[in-house]
Amino acid sequence: MTTGTGHLAIDGLGKHYGGDTFAMRDVTLEVSPGEAIAVVGASGCGKSTLLRLVAGFETPTEGRVLLDGRPVTGPGPDRGVVFQDYGLFPWLSVRENIAYGLRERGVHRREALRQATEHAELVGLGRFVDAYPHTLSGGMQQRVGIARVLALHPSVLLMDEPLGALDALTRRQMQDELVAIRRRVGTTLVLVTHSIEEAVYLADRVVVMAGGASHGVPGQVSAVVPVDLGDRRDTAAPDFQGLAQQIGDHVHSPLPEQEDAA
Amino acid sequence: MTGVASARPTEAAPSATTSPPASSPTAPRTGGQARRRQGPAGRRASAVLWALPVPVLVLLLWHTGVAQGWDVPGGIRMAALPTPGAVLVRLVDLTVGGLVDDSFSAQLWRHVWASLVRAVSGFVLAAALAIPLGVLMGRSAHLRRLLEPTLNLVRPIPVTAWAPLALIMIGIGDSQAIFLVFLAAFFPVLVNTVVAVQQVPPRLLEAAAMLGTSRWRRLWTVVVPAAVPGIVSGLRVSLGLAWALLVVGEMTGINLGLGAMITEAKVIAQTDLIVAGMVVIGLLGFATDRLLVLLVRVIAHGRPLLKEDG
Repeated sequence: MTTGTGHLAIDGLGKHYGGDTFAMRDVTLEVSPGEAIAVVGASGCGKSTLLRLVAGFETPTEGRVLLDGRPVTGPGPDRGVVFQDYGLFPWLSVRENIAYGLRERGVHRREALRQATEHAELVGLGRFVDAYPHTLSGGMQQRVGIARVLALHPSVLLMDEPLGALDALTRRQMQDELVAIRRRVGTTLVLVTHSIEEAVYLADRVVVMAGGASHGVPGQVSAVVPVDLGDRRDTAAPDFQGLAQQIGDHVHSPLPEQEDAA
Repeated sequence: MTGVASARPTEAAPSATTSPPASSPTAPRTGGQARRRQGPAGRRASAVLWALPVPVLVLLLWHTGVAQGWDVPGGIRMAALPTPGAVLVRLVDLTVGGLVDDSFSAQLWRHVWASLVRAVSGFVLAAALAIPLGVLMGRSAHLRRLLEPTLNLVRPIPVTAWAPLALIMIGIGDSQAIFLVFLAAFFPVLVNTVVAVQQVPPRLLEAAAMLGTSRWRRLWTVVVPAAVPGIVSGLRVSLGLAWALLVVGEMTGINLGLGAMITEAKVIAQTDLIVAGMVVIGLLGFATDRLLVLLVRVIAHGRPLLKEDG
């Protein structure tokens, strides 16, 4: 199904936007095919920069990103990106939004629309294929955002605060939806989120980032915590809560460099 | 480069009338005052009732002023004007003939057609060049840096000031009028297109790139559709200016066309014909604007467009 196996190697990655400090530096990370990692950290720690570099929206100042051994040089359909603000095309219907990438790949219009309808049904939007994005709720718009990248069978799914704009209830529901989608497609996933609970709920490993240009220290990985909670996770269970607590401590503890500087 | 953009025409604002609550104790008065909770037809009727008094008053003052030979401050001698009735007679005669019976009788459509062809030619030519150039300039800082200084130097020259030169450069005839229309229509479309393209949300471009659309193709699949509202604003401003410059362009050495007609009417001091020509030009300007909006609506085919300014 997938175009590659989805092995992601992030190697000494750094990004400098100007100013005194790198936004992010020395990030080395390996994501196995089918693995889900969540990146958490305070705002400004460089977690979104990391995702944008992997997506190819920005070029690294240092280091490189390898997907299945090939260096990433720009955005492409092998890395499907789900945005916090959805990024749907307002002038296209739900079906056309999902078909867009297929059409760009050269799939014939009729066939692209047929596959798009299938993917709309998979995310529970079968009744809304002809609706335009602005008529849909946030949760439904994000389902379109997810369906349009799944339709391309990417090697990696990159999600940047995908549920960040949703209300708490919808968010909860969409988290379960994401678990279900992952179970179905088994694609490598990199999820950037500010919710530790969401990270523990969805990921196999949680990557904690700290620092950031505004702290005078480059954003960097400060801890990697494996989540060994099995397939069915209960957010109320003591082991879940304990792990979330542990990650929370990592997020809030200062970097060693900062202590040196102080 | 927003000077022209700020002069965008806006859709007629929804009528400011507010209906009193249906349970209002005051009994609905007779005639036009009876407007309670109404359907669209009722709202339209109420809009017409609101719009009517001012033109009626203007026509009445106009007629009285001409009849009594008023002198309006500023040296305006109303006695020199035709009465509204005389203009109406002339309009009917222009259209179907049989009232005034001179060389202008029943000639309206020939003049309208000649003017329409020139206005549309210049306008379409301007749009065909300004939209693609505007899209490229909106996306390329290099191109902007290359062209903007020159354009900003040329743009402040009023297009009317080009008229004498155009006449000498191109000579008497259609081309000279079309050139002026083109020049007038070109800049508003260009400026509005550049601004609209620069305001296309970067997120949409990222989304398209991530879904496999190349840089160049994105201009067509994302930038143009997202910029449509701004482009249309520019087109509408341009269309108005196109008519203005058409009249200037038709004033010399042309004998067919509405501008030519009112110029000739001036020579023979037929003020009713002048005003009739003005009315027709105004109506044509209005009609072509509505047609343009309709055309855009048909092409958009019910698709929602990106909202302007966010």
